[in-house]
Amino acid sequence: MAGGQERVLRRRIKSVQSTKKITKAMELIAASKIVKAQARVEAARPYSEQITEVIRNLAAAGAGEAEGGSPLLTPREEIKTVGFVIVTADRGLAGGYNSNVIRAAERSLQAEQDKGRAYSLILVGKKAANYFRFQGYDIDAAFDGFSAEPSYEDAREVAGEVVRRYQEGEVDQVELAYTQFLSVATQKVQVKRFLPLEAEAITDTRDSGTEAEYEFEPAPEAILDAILPRYVESRLFAAFLDAAASEHAARQRAMKAATDNADELIKVLSRSMNRARQDSITTEIIEIASGAEALAAAASGESDYLQDRIEDPDLFRNWKRKLDRRTHTDEERR
Amino acid sequence: MTLQVEVVSPERVLYSGEADMVIARTVSGGEIAFLTGHAPFVGALAVGKVRVRPSGGSDELIAVHGGFVEVKDDQVSILSDVAELADQIDVNRAREARQRAEEQLRAAGDDEAREEAEAARRRADLRLEVASG
Repeated sequence: MAGGQERVLRRRIKSVQSTKKITKAMELIAASKIVKAQARVEAARPYSEQITEVIRNLAAAGAGEAEGGSPLLTPREEIKTVGFVIVTADRGLAGGYNSNVIRAAERSLQAEQDKGRAYSLILVGKKAANYFRFQGYDIDAAFDGFSAEPSYEDAREVAGEVVRRYQEGEVDQVELAYTQFLSVATQKVQVKRFLPLEAEAITDTRDSGTEAEYEFEPAPEAILDAILPRYVESRLFAAFLDAAASEHAARQRAMKAATDNADELIKVLSRSMNRARQDSITTEIIEIASGAEALAAAASGESDYLQDRIEDPDLFRNWKRKLDRRTHTDEERR
Repeated sequence: MTLQVEVVSPERVLYSGEADMVIARTVSGGEIAFLTGHAPFVGALAVGKVRVRPSGGSDELIAVHGGFVEVKDDQVSILSDVAELADQIDVNRAREARQRAEEQLRAAGDDEAREEAEAARRRADLRLEVASG
């Protein structure tokens, strides 16, 4: 029945419209969160720049060069286990955001396995935990609940876990997989060495020009030992902030696409709904018209034109008269 | 000439301004004061208060729970995970924290627990000291 199809379409349009309202709202929320997240990235920059500069100065004074210096700076000779810190979101509906990080991390994890090394997973965000648990990987630690708005406290907690595992020799090297926020339009998945700290941050600073003679209190080595864990935390925190901004950007994009698709779908559905409605109206008109005709015909009783209007007396009247006349003359002739 | 002072935490810049003098306490024990023209200096800070003396007006007190200071070209940068300006401190909370620490200190069994409780008490004391000016 034509009316039934129209009703089905109307219901679908309604449901697409309410989905569109949700995706539109999520898009707007994500857009406003990007701004906030970007501001937090900016706000965190002075600290990480300053701490890097302090470490440079310490390095310039020769700290960290001695044998048996800070283990956070010294690469291990033999790497048996590689740790992976994988930063994802707690929630989905962010396009390929989560799967991109997970795929990149899994690829480099498999590369390490091919070299015969063991892995250790430290996961941030529910999505990573779900995926790797489902795939049957061993998970050593999982953190969640802060992916959209990480605090320094969260970074400190995760960094503490990572550094402890590294220092106790459970892992010999740590890779960090996260999404770098380049701009609202561009984010890039990064899988980078996290521990031991890349020495380049320290060595390529020698030529940074104005080498002032610094005074240190306490000795440079002691300050370095105290500052390196903070540096690790601040690097992880920066990665979390980047990931959060990327998450919001990815979600905004995904939700914008969903809203656009909903618009398109509504357009197509309303078109076929209108056609269905017109079809049913046309059919109805035809039905009414032919029905009315049938009714009118039935009301006027007999309906056969020939039988109604042409009766045999009319048809034979002239002929009869002629016949009469002939008979008449015949009698006269006699 | 004045000093450019910045107190930065990982999440934001807490304080930024000009000052005649900055006094801080390093882990080696003892306070150190920075005036303009101070030699380049890097130090690790103890849990203690940092006193910033602006050109005019009264001292700004900042509770710094460990951190680092770098001085160079009349720029004083203080880096700290946890630092609070005097007017940001919740005195009641600090009092409660101090009381809790005292209780923990009495209940503490081993050295580790005692150390932790003492550190907590020190932090609470510092907050109260800074808040009261």
